[in-house]
Amino acid sequence: MTSGANGQLTEQDPKDEMTSRPEPTHEKGLSQQIAVTAEPAAAGEDVWAKEKVFEVNNVTVSYDGKAAVKDVSMDIFRNEVTALIGPSGCGKSTLLRCLNRMNDLVASAEVEGEILYHGNDLYGPKIDPVQVRKVIGMVFQKPNPFPKSIYDNIAFGPRVLGLKDIDERVERALRGAALWDEVKDRLKDNAYGMSGGQQQRLCIARTMAVDPEVILMDEPCSALDPISTGKIEDLMTELKEQYSIVIVTHNMQQAARVSDKTAFLIVELDSTENNRWGQLVEYDETEKVFTNPEDPRTEDYVTGKVG
Amino acid sequence: MEARDTIGVSRPFGTMPSRSLEAPSPRYGEKLIKAALAACAIISVLTTTGIVVSLLLPTISFFGEVNPADFFLHSDWAPTFSPATFGVLSIVVGTLSTTLWGMLFAVPIGLAIAIYLSEYASPRARKIIKPVIEVLAGIPTVAIGLFAITALKPFLENFIPALESTPFAAGVAGVAIGLMITPIIASISDDAMRSVPGGLREAAYGLGSTRMKVATRVVLPAAISGVVASIVLAGSRAIGETMIVLLAAGSQATDSFAFTSPVQTMTAFIATTATGDIATGTITYDTIFAVGSLLFLMTLVMNVLAIRLVRRFREVYE
Repeated sequence: MTSGANGQLTEQDPKDEMTSRPEPTHEKGLSQQIAVTAEPAAAGEDVWAKEKVFEVNNVTVSYDGKAAVKDVSMDIFRNEVTALIGPSGCGKSTLLRCLNRMNDLVASAEVEGEILYHGNDLYGPKIDPVQVRKVIGMVFQKPNPFPKSIYDNIAFGPRVLGLKDIDERVERALRGAALWDEVKDRLKDNAYGMSGGQQQRLCIARTMAVDPEVILMDEPCSALDPISTGKIEDLMTELKEQYSIVIVTHNMQQAARVSDKTAFLIVELDSTENNRWGQLVEYDETEKVFTNPEDPRTEDYVTGKVG
Repeated sequence: MEARDTIGVSRPFGTMPSRSLEAPSPRYGEKLIKAALAACAIISVLTTTGIVVSLLLPTISFFGEVNPADFFLHSDWAPTFSPATFGVLSIVVGTLSTTLWGMLFAVPIGLAIAIYLSEYASPRARKIIKPVIEVLAGIPTVAIGLFAITALKPFLENFIPALESTPFAAGVAGVAIGLMITPIIASISDDAMRSVPGGLREAAYGLGSTRMKVATRVVLPAAISGVVASIVLAGSRAIGETMIVLLAAGSQATDSFAFTSPVQTMTAFIATTATGDIATGTITYDTIFAVGSLLFLMTLVMNVLAIRLVRRFREVYE
């Protein structure tokens, strides 16, 4: 495995980082290597015994003292796609943003409970959020390329982190995101000239360029047409061999298609109906959540009776 | 308004609207308003034209008497002496000197304030600091000029002892001008930086950028047109500033960029000369307008260059 983050999130010299973390060894981009390294889940394998990336324990997130999502506990596993689904306002994006401390940027946000990343407290006193976001990358709902060239977009992360061999990283990242052949002749063109789907794959490539272990995706396809969506879903399936992916989606078919495990959250109301917050209802293998859910509320949602 | 709950159930008034789609009246009021608004716009165009014409006519008569080469290529400025000499470069240098010292002070500090306000400050800190800065922008320049000679100069003497030997110094005037224009740069740049979409910031943070990297590599480049606009506006104010230089820079055309040297600026020349007794039609009278035209030309060139610069480096985001 190449994305060898070792749970070490405290601040460190980026040059150290270069030498201590193994570089990807593949020559022709990630997609070609997948055929070799893929480990299809054998029948009867215990899907809960895999290596854990995150352990989310009783996490509550509040904005201005009002809980947005309450008491969530779930483990997220390595080299899997984990989907968070549920109606609007159920806190799935909020939960996702806790996993790389993006919520730190919102002054009023407060996280209670515990999130372990490879056993280390993600909110521990010595943890540097900047370092966290380097190891745990993020792709956003609306494609948000920088108003720079395609090349400079990909090179941004490596440059900021003081990495070397920028040209090579740009090419590898673009190949990894299956975008290289489409853009190799116009790397100097502005990224805003690309289609929405290409922009989103550019954003994925941009994240890959800093070699994270985890990629968080916040409704990455909600602004895209079905063909672009299909390409990104294919990409996710390939990427999970190298990365661990957590995806928030409104699209239940998407969750069913791409994810290994699915968490279903709902919006709870208190008796006065003035306060609402998200709550985790069910977390299981995707197939089970969609075919044989434990909770009737999950069944109503995934079968389209509500929501 | 009545509650609209019933719409779609039954027509609340029981009547049908007229099928005629022609205007019920010719709407003269609307035409009148359009004419009045256009008239206001024309006033500003006419004013600008009027200023240019009233500057140009005496300037043309000035160059009928003074060789343009003597004016533009020499630095022996003594138009009110006998024999008069008209080498304008010495007061151009005076203007550029105070402007330069002012910009040297204001651009870094103004940008630092803008970066602090838009990227670092908590909403509460911002709520306090931004209005204070904007009040600073409204202080009359004559007050800043007085502050410069009574407080700023003695203060700067602690660091630059050579200031003690001169009552007037371009640098003191420059720093005072800097104080005056810093809020312009800070406030407009802050607005420009804050209007950069949050998605770009998130993208940069998501890649493991520090706040400073986000500010300098993403936000500042994306806001560059607003930032340059603020600097140009500040520069125009600095070039055109009169009261501060009159009080703090002196009226001696010295042809020097030194911090401690007294200088006469173009504006200070115009102000002192125009307030004295001068007859229309004399060469001294025309000189004022020639200097005024040149000042106008300088700010115009600066604006055009800035627009070019912005077009070249602007990062357009959707």
